[in-house]
Amino acid sequence: MKIQKISENVYEIPKEGKMNVPVRIFASEKILKSIEKDKTLLQAKNMAEMPGVVKWVVVLPDAHQGYGACIGGVSAYDLKKGVVSPGQTGYDINCGVRLLVSDIKLVDFMKKRKDIMKSLGKDIPSGVGVKSGFSFSPKEIDLVLKNGVKWAFEKGFATKEDVSNIEDEGCIADADYSKVSARAKGRGMHQLGSLGAGNHFMEIGVVEEIYDKKTAKVFGIDCVGKVTFLIHSGSRGLGHQVASDHIKKMEEEYGFDKLPDRELACAPINSELGRDYLSAMRGAANFGFVNRQLLTFSLREIIKKYFPKNSLDLVYDIAHNIIKIEKHNINGKMQDVCVHRKGATRSFGPGRLEIPLKYRKTGSPIFIPGSMGTYSYVLVGTKKAEELTFGSTAHGAGRLISRSEAARTITPAQLGKELHDKDIILESGGLKGAVDEAPSAYKDVNEVVRVSHELGIGKMVARLKPLGVVKG
Amino acid sequence: MLRVINAFKTSNEVEVKLFIEYFTNINMAKKFEFLEHTGDVKFRAYGKNVGEVFQNCALAVSSVFSRNGEINETGKKEFVLSENNYESLLYQFIEELIYLFDVDAFVVSRAEVKLTEENGKITAYVLVYGDDASNYSDLDAIKAPTYAEMYIKRLNNKKWEAQVVVDV
Repeated sequence: MKIQKISENVYEIPKEGKMNVPVRIFASEKILKSIEKDKTLLQAKNMAEMPGVVKWVVVLPDAHQGYGACIGGVSAYDLKKGVVSPGQTGYDINCGVRLLVSDIKLVDFMKKRKDIMKSLGKDIPSGVGVKSGFSFSPKEIDLVLKNGVKWAFEKGFATKEDVSNIEDEGCIADADYSKVSARAKGRGMHQLGSLGAGNHFMEIGVVEEIYDKKTAKVFGIDCVGKVTFLIHSGSRGLGHQVASDHIKKMEEEYGFDKLPDRELACAPINSELGRDYLSAMRGAANFGFVNRQLLTFSLREIIKKYFPKNSLDLVYDIAHNIIKIEKHNINGKMQDVCVHRKGATRSFGPGRLEIPLKYRKTGSPIFIPGSMGTYSYVLVGTKKAEELTFGSTAHGAGRLISRSEAARTITPAQLGKELHDKDIILESGGLKGAVDEAPSAYKDVNEVVRVSHELGIGKMVARLKPLGVVKG
Repeated sequence: MLRVINAFKTSNEVEVKLFIEYFTNINMAKKFEFLEHTGDVKFRAYGKNVGEVFQNCALAVSSVFSRNGEINETGKKEFVLSENNYESLLYQFIEELIYLFDVDAFVVSRAEVKLTEENGKITAYVLVYGDDASNYSDLDAIKAPTYAEMYIKRLNNKKWEAQVVVDV
């Protein structure tokens, strides 16, 4: 595969063969070397062969091999000639991250840390086969799909401030619950309000370093020593089923023989099936926002027991697996395109109307969690990202080695020691599962964030050091 | 291996037992195997026919859920699926195992699969054995099957092989 260096941290696979556009890789030399080891770039090339894809396919610094499309990949489609492809945003629709900040003093938190972590481990529903503890009727689920966090606000699970600090105010328009199958609703309804398993987590941290004081102040994290709460989860089984259902329908309707990968099943954006999928996906996304909101509600109830006078304020909540119609500059012309983000966080610079009023002058808040035991970062969106990456940057550290390799090379005892040495408390169903997500199974988050910052596709605002992790 | 060959020559009881164990183990090892995949879980399953490949895929799925542990057989579930190609049928088959897990908290141990083909339609009659997920403390989740890198094909030795990547 031919890879050309364009400039520092920017590489390109030029258009060749069946590719409709080139692939742009935003990575350091070190990261590129690890990306080249698996099928990430082959998957990006496949994305570049899709009909109606515009400008270039984006590969971000945390990219790794996925299924169909790579993780850390972004592609945009012309609304008339392009397609919508569920595999290019993944099964975990609206997997995303929210950050909450408290005015709890670090020294006070540390005194109660052990008890708080135990309470979280016990009362935050996580892991597999676990029901959320909330119980909603099928009719309520339809309202969740339609109204998102507005529904949660009406039910007393969200504050007004919460609503205004979520991407699209936690309610994506044009969601249609009638396009979500009974099977999908059946999978999701008892899971609403639960963390899930795999790489999903809740992380308590502390602001350790601030790089951009002015922006940090607007984000409410202007003071070193503030205790923070990160929640990473998605739309649970409901979203997975929405993707599965529509991949099946699309390949039945449009076939898959001409596709570079069967997992890239797609339908024209402007078709009944394309519209149906987008309506169902938006419903699943609303479900994802509500899921993180209910987790926040449960978290606040627990923290209240220890710190009755402190509130947890939502900084922002942003998806990293989602499809959006957005305006972007395509070959010198601003036009609406259908942006598919898979393991990519939206990074919009100052002025974009999609950003909550509170952050419209700074750019959108971005959260890049590391793996357990490493730092998490807060960044801010930029105009440069709009220019280079359809307004996107990384979403995490990105896996370095497979789960089976992690299980072979890292023992639960090693992981336990590493976390102990770093003074991080882990609450997890089992250490065997936690090994899959061990810090050494991931790329160096510091390097990923550094590249994003140097490229200017997401600028560093603050660094958070983890104190405790509840693993799904 | 030498002792195994000796079993042919001598018909010694101990050697014959070794011989049987040796080939049973080859067979055991060949039911399915996991392959490297950075983000998700990839496996290959084998069988003398497509039905057996499906059964061995169920073993692989059980192995993912149980993190290579054992799942008891305290209950069973039945379902029937129809598709017009093997890959779609396998996708739906794995999805059904995930659905049973998510909705009924039923985790698969193994499956019996009978396939029939008529007028281009392939039907799978499936009997799944397994246990209640709440009896296990450290299970793993599978989000979905995928079509990425998926194939079911007949090998030169007339045996069948399937490859699957599941999203975890």
